[in-house]
Amino acid sequence: MLSSADLDTLLLTFKVAGIATTIMLLVGTPLAWWLSRTHSVWKGPINAIVALPLVLPPTVLGFYLLVLMGPSGVIGQVTNWLGLGTLPFTFYGLVVGSVLYSMPFVVQPLQAAFAMIGKQSLEAAATLRASPLDSFFSVVLPLAKPGFITAAILGFTHTVGEFGVVLMIGGNIPNKTRVVSVQIYNHVEALEYNDAHWLAGCLLLFSFTVLLVLYTLFKSPPLAQPFK
Amino acid sequence: MTVIKASFKLNYGDFKLEVDLTLPCTGISVLFGHSGSGKTTLLRCIAGLEQAPQGYLEINGSVWQDSEQQIFLPTYKRPLGYVFQEANLFSHLTVLANLQYGLKRVKNNLGLIKLNQTIELLGIGHLLTRMPNNLSGGERQRVAIARALALNPEILLMDEPLASLDFKRKQEILPYLIKLHQQLDIPIIYVTHSQQEVAQLADTLVILEDGNILASGPLSETQSRHDLPLAQDREAATVWQVTIAEHESEYHLTRVEFEGGSLSIAKVDAKIGTDLRVQIYARDVSITLAEPHATSILNVLPAVISHLSEGQENQALVKLQLGQQLLLAHISRKSLLLLGLQIGMSVFAQIKGTSILT
Repeated sequence: MLSSADLDTLLLTFKVAGIATTIMLLVGTPLAWWLSRTHSVWKGPINAIVALPLVLPPTVLGFYLLVLMGPSGVIGQVTNWLGLGTLPFTFYGLVVGSVLYSMPFVVQPLQAAFAMIGKQSLEAAATLRASPLDSFFSVVLPLAKPGFITAAILGFTHTVGEFGVVLMIGGNIPNKTRVVSVQIYNHVEALEYNDAHWLAGCLLLFSFTVLLVLYTLFKSPPLAQPFK
Repeated sequence: MTVIKASFKLNYGDFKLEVDLTLPCTGISVLFGHSGSGKTTLLRCIAGLEQAPQGYLEINGSVWQDSEQQIFLPTYKRPLGYVFQEANLFSHLTVLANLQYGLKRVKNNLGLIKLNQTIELLGIGHLLTRMPNNLSGGERQRVAIARALALNPEILLMDEPLASLDFKRKQEILPYLIKLHQQLDIPIIYVTHSQQEVAQLADTLVILEDGNILASGPLSETQSRHDLPLAQDREAATVWQVTIAEHESEYHLTRVEFEGGSLSIAKVDAKIGTDLRVQIYARDVSITLAEPHATSILNVLPAVISHLSEGQENQALVKLQLGQQLLLAHISRKSLLLLGLQIGMSVFAQIKGTSILT
C-alpha cells in the first residue's frame, strides 16, 4: 500500500507539475509564436537556448541553477533584494527548475503546430475584419489545439519524471521538495522494494492512462505528430 | 464619378512593381498578365496584405494608403471582400460558421439579409452544416466567395479564384461569377491569366508585364490595341456586348443587335432583350472588298479599316471599325498586299464564327 508519506510526494509532484505546466504554456505560447513567425537574427540563439535542456545532463542544469539562485548568484541576489529569500531547496525553486528543464517539450510542439497554420489563414482572417489579436484567439488557438494538448502532456509528464535537477536544487525535504522520483530512489536505497513498486506502479498506470485516453479520443493522436 | 486610384512602388530584390492606375468604381476590372507580372502583388497591395513603401490608394473617396502622410489602413480595417486562389476556409469551422466569421466582426445590421442572399446567390444552402474538408474544390470556392460577400464589402478583390480548379469545376463556378457581375453593385477587381475569364468577365482590362502596366481601359479597346502582344496572339479576339433581337427558330439561330448592326448567332435560350457577350476570334474574320452575294457566311458587315500592321511570319493584323464596335482580323500578309488594303478603306468583314459567352 501507499504510505501517507508516499501519497504526500505524489500530491507534491502533481502540484509542481501542474503549476510548472501552466507557467510553461503561458510563457511558451508567445515564445513559440514568435519563433514560428520571426526572421530575426535572434531566432537561432533563442531556439538553441530553449532546446538546451534536451541535450544537457540534468545535473549540469541543476548545478548552474543552484549557483545562480543561491545567495551569491545573480538570481539569488534579485530574489533576496525582493525579499523572497533564495530559491534553492524551496517549492518554488523546484517550479523554476522544472519550467526551464521542461520548456523545450512545450515550446517545440507549439512551434511546429503554429508553423503548420501558415499565413494564409491569418490573411483570410484579416480580410474578414479580425485584428491580429482576434485572429490569434479565433483561428490560431483552435487550429493549434493538438499542439497544445501535446505540449501540455509532454510538459507535465516530463516534469513528473524529473530527477537530476530536483536533486541538485530541491534536495529531499518532505512536503517541500520531495517529489515522487526522489521518493522511489529513497525506497530503493533503503531496500524497500515493496514501497518502490507501489509508487513506480502508480506512475506507470498514470502514464499509460493518459496515453490511452488520448489515442482513444483522437483519430490522429496529437503525440503521433512529429515535432521538429 | 467615383474612381479607384492606386499607385504603388515596391522592390523585392528581383521583382519590382511600379504602377499608377485609375479604375472605374463599377463592374469588373480584370488584372491580366503572366505569372510574375505583378498582378497578384498589386491586388495584395490594394488589400493591404502587402505594404508598398511608396503608395497611394483611394477607393470611393476614402484614402486607404498614403505613404507621404504615413497613412496605412491595416487589412482588417478595410471594408473589402477578398477571395484567395485557394479557398482558404477555416478548417475548424463549419461552412455556416465560416460565413458568419466576418459578419460577427462588422457593425452592420444588414448582415443577416445579406448572408441569406449570398447563400442563395451561390447555391450553397445545402452545405451549411458541412466541414470545409468535406467539400469539393468548387464548393469550397463558392463558400469562400459567399464569405467575402456576406460582409457587404465596398469592393470585392478576387485573386485567380478559378486557377486551382479543373476545367469542369471552372465551368461550375463561372455562371455564379457572371451572376455576381449582373447583380452586384460594387466594383470587383479580378486577377487572372486566363483569356477566357477576361472575355467572360472583364469590363475594364488592365494588362501587366514585369511589374508595369502595359495597358488599361475598357475591354474591347484594350483587347484590340494593335501595339500589344494580345492582338497578335492566336487567341486574339474582341468581345461585343449585344442584345437579343429575334429568334429564327426554324434555322436554330438568334439575331442579336449591337450599336450599328446585327449578327446571326447560334440559337440562345433567352428572352428577347437579354444582354449577351459574344466573342469573335480574329482568326475567324476575313475581308472582302466588294459585298459578296454568293457566300455561305451569314455575317457580312460593312466596316472601315482603322489600322494595319504586319505580324509574325505570314500574318497581318487588320483593325476594323463597325460603327462603335471594334473588330480584329488576322489575315495573311499576301492577302493584305493583293487586296491593296489601306487605312480608311471601306471593306466588308466576313465573320465565320462567334462564340457566345453569357
